[in-house]
Amino acid sequence: METLLDLIGAGLLVLGTAFLFLGGLGLNRMPDVLNRIQVGTKATTLGTLLTLAGAGFLHPDWALKLLLVALFLLFTNPLSAQVLARAAHRSGHVKLSEDGIDHLAEDQGDKL
Amino acid sequence: MVEGLLYLASMLAGAAFLLALYRFVQGPNAVDRVVAFDVLTVISITAIVLVALVENRIVYLDVALVYALLSFLGVIVIARYLGKET
Amino acid sequence: MNDFTSNGAFRQGGLFAVLLLFWVMLNNALTVETVVVGVIVAAVITALFKDGMSFLTDARLNPQAVLATFLYLGYFLKELIKANIALAAIVLSPNLPIKPGIVKVRTELKSPMGRLLLANSITLTPGTLTVEVGEDCLYVHCVMLESGDVNEATQRIAAGFEKYLEVMYG
Repeated sequence: METLLDLIGAGLLVLGTAFLFLGGLGLNRMPDVLNRIQVGTKATTLGTLLTLAGAGFLHPDWALKLLLVALFLLFTNPLSAQVLARAAHRSGHVKLSEDGIDHLAEDQGDKL
Repeated sequence: MVEGLLYLASMLAGAAFLLALYRFVQGPNAVDRVVAFDVLTVISITAIVLVALVENRIVYLDVALVYALLSFLGVIVIARYLGKET
Repeated sequence: MNDFTSNGAFRQGGLFAVLLLFWVMLNNALTVETVVVGVIVAAVITALFKDGMSFLTDARLNPQAVLATFLYLGYFLKELIKANIALAAIVLSPNLPIKPGIVKVRTELKSPMGRLLLANSITLTPGTLTVEVGEDCLYVHCVMLESGDVNEATQRIAAGFEKYLEVMYG
């Protein structure tokens, strides 16, 4: 009893989890905190959204609740990423390369 | 076919979880660990949705939602603590 | 227009509607009981949090703003997918082609909600991450930063979203 909708849903599930896998890989490959945050947030956000969409195709009657989870993640993920990035910068864990541009450190230097 | 793809998705999510866990253990500093923790929770949410699909029970989606809420609060609190203005 | 949107009744009505909608979504059912309970709960919360901030704080309600909201959502999803493909390419390439830096981006948006949405959108678009929010600018971390030119960065990173958010929030 497999319909085309089921197949699309399962395909989206695999695609979504593949993005999660890429996120995990990027988390290990990236050299510093801010780049890790970048890969971590973006890959997991799209990965989870695709997985939830896939679940919606497999179970159309769950759609509303899945949409609620998706909306929640869409708002909280970037927020926690920003708060973490700010924490990383304030606690001095951000080290850019020699010729790297850092306007934030420059502007904070002005104020001190 | 659908079942096979579901297994494939679960394996990918498991591999992602292990990779993020490696970063979580490895560090090297607190912020890295919190980032890894954030990613781990999002992967867990996906895993819970997959469990809901396998078990065919909608209740698990409530678990995913509450989990998302609590982990978000946790990350915000730890991040604010780490980023205290000196 | 502004007189109408800044007025409390509109904001509270909007909050009530959003809460009720979320309640129905959470129950995943549209029956008489859920709606009745939802109306009561939403009314109580609206009464308790009448000065709280929500999406509708400062939001404008005219046809252009509604249209802009939909265009914004479409543009945002397109950017999110582009961001992921670009990052996937970077993560999978053996020599890891990155050149990180933090650049300042100016914004004209005055409303806090508009700026929050701008910062969130920037975080989810190709190779950029908002680090700190200043008075009239955002500090954005880029995976690939070619130059430290503020105007060029503003054009490249923020202009696409600002165009819509300007109409939505002002």
